[in-house]
Amino acid sequence: MKFDRPATANPIDRGRVVGIPHDRIDGPAKVTGSAPYAYERHDVAPNAAYGWMVGSAIAKGSIRSIDTRDAEAAAGVLAVITHKNAGPLGKGRMNTAHLLGGPRIEHYDQALAVVVAETLEQARDAARLVRIDYAREDGRFDLKAEKNKAVPPKSDPDTGAGDFATAFPKAAVRIDQTYTTPDHSHAMMEPHATTAAWTGGKLTVWTANQMIAWAVRELALTFRMKAEDIHVMSPYIGGGFGAKLFLRADAVLAALGAHAVGRPVKVALARPQIPNNTTHRPATIQRIRIGASKDGVIDAIGHEVWSGDLPGGGPEVAAQQTRLLYRGVNRMTAHRLATLDLPEGNAMRAPGEAVGLLALEVAMDELAEACGVDPVELRIRNDVQYDPEKGPERPFSSRKFVECLRQGADRFGWSRRKAVPGQVRDGRWLVGMGMASAFRNNLVQTSGARVSVDGQGRVVVETDMTDIGTGSYTVIAQTAAEMLGVPLSDVTVRLGDSHYPESAGSGGQWGANSATAGVYAACAALRGKLAQQAGFNAEDAVFEGRAIRSAGRTIPLKDAAGRRGTSAEDKIEFGDLTERYAQGTFGAHFCEVGVDMFTGETRVRRMGGAFAAGRILNPKSARNQVIGAMAMGVGAALMEELTVDTRFGYFVNHDMAEYHVPVHADIPEQDVLFIEELDDKSSPMKAKGVGELGICGAGAAVANAIYNACGVRIRDYPLTLDKIIGGMAEKRA
Amino acid sequence: MRPFTYERAASPAAAARAAAAHQGARFIAGGTNLLDLMKLQIETPAHLIDVNPLGLDQVEETAQGGLRIGALVRNTDLAAHKRVRRDYPVLSRALLAGASAQLRNKATTAGNLLQRTRCPYFYDTSKPCNKRRPGSGCAAIKGFNRNLAILGTSEACIATHPSDMAVAMRLLDAVVETVAPDGSARAIPIANFHRLPGDTPHIETALVPGELITAVTLPRPLGGTQIYRKVRDRASYAFALVSVAAIFGKDGGARFAFGGLAPRPWRIDAADAVARNGPDAVADIALAGATTTPLNGFKTDLTRRTLAALYAEREARK
Repeated sequence: MKFDRPATANPIDRGRVVGIPHDRIDGPAKVTGSAPYAYERHDVAPNAAYGWMVGSAIAKGSIRSIDTRDAEAAAGVLAVITHKNAGPLGKGRMNTAHLLGGPRIEHYDQALAVVVAETLEQARDAARLVRIDYAREDGRFDLKAEKNKAVPPKSDPDTGAGDFATAFPKAAVRIDQTYTTPDHSHAMMEPHATTAAWTGGKLTVWTANQMIAWAVRELALTFRMKAEDIHVMSPYIGGGFGAKLFLRADAVLAALGAHAVGRPVKVALARPQIPNNTTHRPATIQRIRIGASKDGVIDAIGHEVWSGDLPGGGPEVAAQQTRLLYRGVNRMTAHRLATLDLPEGNAMRAPGEAVGLLALEVAMDELAEACGVDPVELRIRNDVQYDPEKGPERPFSSRKFVECLRQGADRFGWSRRKAVPGQVRDGRWLVGMGMASAFRNNLVQTSGARVSVDGQGRVVVETDMTDIGTGSYTVIAQTAAEMLGVPLSDVTVRLGDSHYPESAGSGGQWGANSATAGVYAACAALRGKLAQQAGFNAEDAVFEGRAIRSAGRTIPLKDAAGRRGTSAEDKIEFGDLTERYAQGTFGAHFCEVGVDMFTGETRVRRMGGAFAAGRILNPKSARNQVIGAMAMGVGAALMEELTVDTRFGYFVNHDMAEYHVPVHADIPEQDVLFIEELDDKSSPMKAKGVGELGICGAGAAVANAIYNACGVRIRDYPLTLDKIIGGMAEKRA
Repeated sequence: MRPFTYERAASPAAAARAAAAHQGARFIAGGTNLLDLMKLQIETPAHLIDVNPLGLDQVEETAQGGLRIGALVRNTDLAAHKRVRRDYPVLSRALLAGASAQLRNKATTAGNLLQRTRCPYFYDTSKPCNKRRPGSGCAAIKGFNRNLAILGTSEACIATHPSDMAVAMRLLDAVVETVAPDGSARAIPIANFHRLPGDTPHIETALVPGELITAVTLPRPLGGTQIYRKVRDRASYAFALVSVAAIFGKDGGARFAFGGLAPRPWRIDAADAVARNGPDAVADIALAGATTTPLNGFKTDLTRRTLAALYAEREARK
């Protein structure tokens, strides 16, 4: 099904199943421990041996020699695989560094060997006996030091409109500030994990991966195999946040190990290996300049971003939202990419916007203060209903940004905020409120599915879509139930298997909208077949109550399907509506914090947000996504930071004791309001992405609330108490 | 984890004897720290002596009106103990500020005293660390040391002792009771229990090889207003940047012990002596001789501020 014209009325609009806050249908399997995760596939790969990764202890250089004899001789060891005996390996298109290093070493903790043994303990112990003699080379590990050598990346050219350079200096009110964000780790619950097995020349991989078809393609490139000889399964995933978008070392090492020992091998990365072996969200330096009239109307807006990555890598596109969010005739955005020898930078939940808004929305708070305009009102004044770089000929598909701002502010009690910082005290707490806009691009991807009705009338949906804790199983079942007129309990959803039709996968908050649109397409095809088999005109047939009805005649769905059942496969393909219309998701975050007047500790007291993201397919799972993302925004604001030790070129706080993410005690009451909206240009579902919107701006709302509480403005994330008490001391001086 | 042999101890003295008899033996109680360290091969004991069968899990009154806390009393049980809550609330609060509920259910009184530093370089066996590998150097002094020590450090080591409980124990003048491999018992005042690193940071306590902690005793209750304030980067489950245990007496005097600042719970008698002069006077003495780095220098200001917070809280509670 080609989606190249705005959607008209369709069965999803009935809203009998879609749009209802159903519990997730995979919930019971998860809470009873019966949902199989990649490292626990005893059911299908019994007798698996254990692999343990040996990571590089240097960041850059090469292996002079590698001695595996002691490891091979250790108890229980079955094989030790290094670049010397792995055979020739290709590299996936989406990996910057090689997943098995050597003799060249591209980053710290790059996998250099895998030790396979009968038990986990034996493999881990023997891994220590692999002796590597390194030829260490100097590397570049400090973004600030490399900033001036950064170059424009080919992937992301500068954008603009009007004449920023001339207009900005002439503006009545000018903000010109630099903000920095550190490297972040995804810190998902389930580590990267894979069980692999070979049968003849065919490879089966049970893994934790957000993008099944990508994983197949990358494995084929790595092992120089045909894609049809590779079977990837990832039915349940314990969180991803972008960490599992790509093929990673766990899968390659498990496959190498299984090939070497002739039986299944499983590899999970240990938590302390994850930050330096895998990908992370890169640190940024961001300069924002905003020129406005005295009443806060923006005339010029510029956003420049510096980030770094390994040679061949890409930038953190943190200026992305600045192209679309606010009005202003004169505009510029620019990304600059430095070469760093740190581990690979890549996507983490809302790449671009998540950190871009940490800067932009604090700059907007500074502009509001400079103009004496309320921060909510400032954003309303700068709303724009079209792509401000392209002009009115490219309108937004839907943009209920102002509704989010107004309704969110009302619900939160924003009018009680004092404009001057430091006015509200509650015991030892200085209390403040802050807000920020939320924006995330709406991306869509081709997505396919196969839907069947069997002779009993049960519906089965198969697609390689993944559920990374997001609720894919449930919204897909809801879509099929709505389209075919059956209760949710009649639908079985099978996901995450490369034998199923290729889907959009989970990433970039495109998953739910694109994958359900693919299921919609397959259901539409199936409805045509079933109607025809029932002797109906497909256009007139109504699917409801487990039956098909037309012209006064009703046929049970199972009868229409026939004894042997009926199946249809289709995919949704998106035309140029994303070109003709700017497509985004919008929202407004509100936050109240307390800052301890003595110690500078910040505790978030309340958070609230209003969001417009098209049709909300399942308000319960959507809320779950949004509040989780808001919690992640609190982490980015207050505590998350991979600290670089530039002497060794690695992230030194590489475990969950030292890389802090929020705990329950850090997260207060969270209120989420979804603004009613249908976006007919986004997909036949009229939905948009929502999985990443919640992190976009959440941290800036925290930062602005801190300023409102105590009058200390910090532009260097995270806003830890040492910086806050430093600011308090400066103010007193 | 390296292979190791294992035995269950029959008596405290037998446990101590066994420990002295096996090169590289370690006692194991809750295992909340040791097992993690073994998995990372930071600790590689050849022999484990499980002391859990020894009992030592009672809290009893002493003849002097204090408490004798068995070495194996779990942190959860100690924090919830009626006498502790009533007479030593600073200890109860310090315990509850530490770790997580699950860890406190396993962690023991003696094990808590003996937990090892959380310095990230100590935890990374590919990096130099004088505590882990004597003579290899200290990666922390010029590295990421934001949460490392500013007092009692040496050129060999700036690690902190991570315990909250020990800070309260230090404030309360607890005494550590032990049995040695020769069967002799002794009592070590907690002030002398943890050693400063000097040039031997791998030697962390006054215990001799094989010596086993059997109990910790607390003197008579001090009364007063007792406060434990732990300042950290998130609301729970983080090590202290600075913590302060305090008892304010009715007479205007007070005593303070500090966590997060030093390789052992930090207490300076001379600082207590000027408690009537307010938080800055106390801080001036307690922080004298601090050696800071660009990353952990904030701890001096934070200590002053935390002391000020405690004085304010005392006022509010009056």
